[in-house]
Amino acid sequence: MKVTIDAERCQGHGRCFSIAPALFDSDDLGSGVVIGDGTVAPDEAHRARLAVANCPEGAVSIEED
Amino acid sequence: MTHRPVTDFATDFDHTDPAWVADPYPIYEDLRGRCPVAHSDRYGGTWLPVEHRDVAAIANDQEHFTSRSVVVVEGRPTDEAPPAPIGLAPPITSDPPFHQIARRLLLPAFSPRAVGELEGFTRDLCEGLLDSIGDVDHLDASLDYAQHIPVGVIAKMLGFPPGDGEIFRGFVHQILESVDDPFEERVARFAPLEDYFVAQVEDHRANPRDDLTSYLLDVEINGSHLEDRHIFGTMILILAAGIDTTWSAIGASIWHLAQHDDDRRRLAKDPSLLPVAIEEFLRAYAPVTMARLVKEDFSFEGCPMKKDDWVLLSFPAANRDPSFFERADEVVIDREVNRHAAFGLGIHRCIGSNLARMELRVALECFLARFGEFSLADPAAVTWSRGQVRGPRTLPLTVAAS
Repeated sequence: MKVTIDAERCQGHGRCFSIAPALFDSDDLGSGVVIGDGTVAPDEAHRARLAVANCPEGAVSIEED
Repeated sequence: MTHRPVTDFATDFDHTDPAWVADPYPIYEDLRGRCPVAHSDRYGGTWLPVEHRDVAAIANDQEHFTSRSVVVVEGRPTDEAPPAPIGLAPPITSDPPFHQIARRLLLPAFSPRAVGELEGFTRDLCEGLLDSIGDVDHLDASLDYAQHIPVGVIAKMLGFPPGDGEIFRGFVHQILESVDDPFEERVARFAPLEDYFVAQVEDHRANPRDDLTSYLLDVEINGSHLEDRHIFGTMILILAAGIDTTWSAIGASIWHLAQHDDDRRRLAKDPSLLPVAIEEFLRAYAPVTMARLVKEDFSFEGCPMKKDDWVLLSFPAANRDPSFFERADEVVIDREVNRHAAFGLGIHRCIGSNLARMELRVALECFLARFGEFSLADPAAVTWSRGQVRGPRTLPLTVAAS
């Protein structure tokens, strides 16, 4: 499982890096960025799904293996 | 100025009507059932979508709607003034492509990292307010506590004298609440505010320091410093958008907790739940309704919108839409899935959202630590602001120290 952010849709609401700080960070402008290649460890899977479900812009998605 | 009473909110709504000010949520619910895009001839023609999908569609539509003016008032700015593309208060009153330029230069000041550096100051401010309140049985959580927090934080960010809070609050009140006064009177009221900004800017030019005002004086767009009207406009924006909004969110959250013992005790016992709980308070009691102007005549979802009609962009209504949220009218403080739109949607997402969240979290944490028990001293004595920012303005509580 991997997480991705659509930079065109992201408006910097900051929900992803608040909910799943192991998977997402913010850049200097406050936009969400994926940490590393976005691979989700099994114990982060729930938080990854919550990050997707809470993004107001629908900018976060999951690619299942 | 008072208006004639509203008879039917579907055809004649007025967001300054006493019924709306007291409790707009039954109005949204009623409209959702029978007229999801309401229209009123008031303010020269205004539309009100109450469903999340319509609010989201309009927030994301820069082709048909302009942000040239975002506060519904009796008059309209002409096509030339406030001057395009900057607008009165950039970037909230700017349209693309200038919008993105003005926004990008402000974003670093409001990033999570920059906001994190203000958390200690904010905590000290909240603790200091609670120390001054002291050991009391009664207090006004809006007037004695909530209102001072964003004023102090914004003054700190801009590098304005901390004692000037009363001055800003007066300006902001005029901008946000006196919305039904004649347009010319509203414009004239900006003059003393500009004088105040000129004095602050001169002081910062003479003595540059590490704050947002010095940053605005220093930053460049394409090799040129910002025009004065851009600097003043951004200061107007930061005062107008950064004070009453957060004051409202803190006040509404305390208003809720004063009436819900289980939620209050749970958060007092486990403050680690606050980050999730404040998202729910922001959803259920979203303070801000934005506005757009229609650019040219066009049909939106079958509604014949005319050039220069207002659209009230009600994020509070979107946040209570039962087709978008389960148990939309309940406050569920551990709600896990909460795609609320309290900070707006699309390119104008509230630039201060990280700051507002930090202030709200710290304000509630400090208040709950100081007062373990509190309730409304007199529910009928609670008053609410009017206009497009909604929150309690008097909030008398009976309190007991932890």
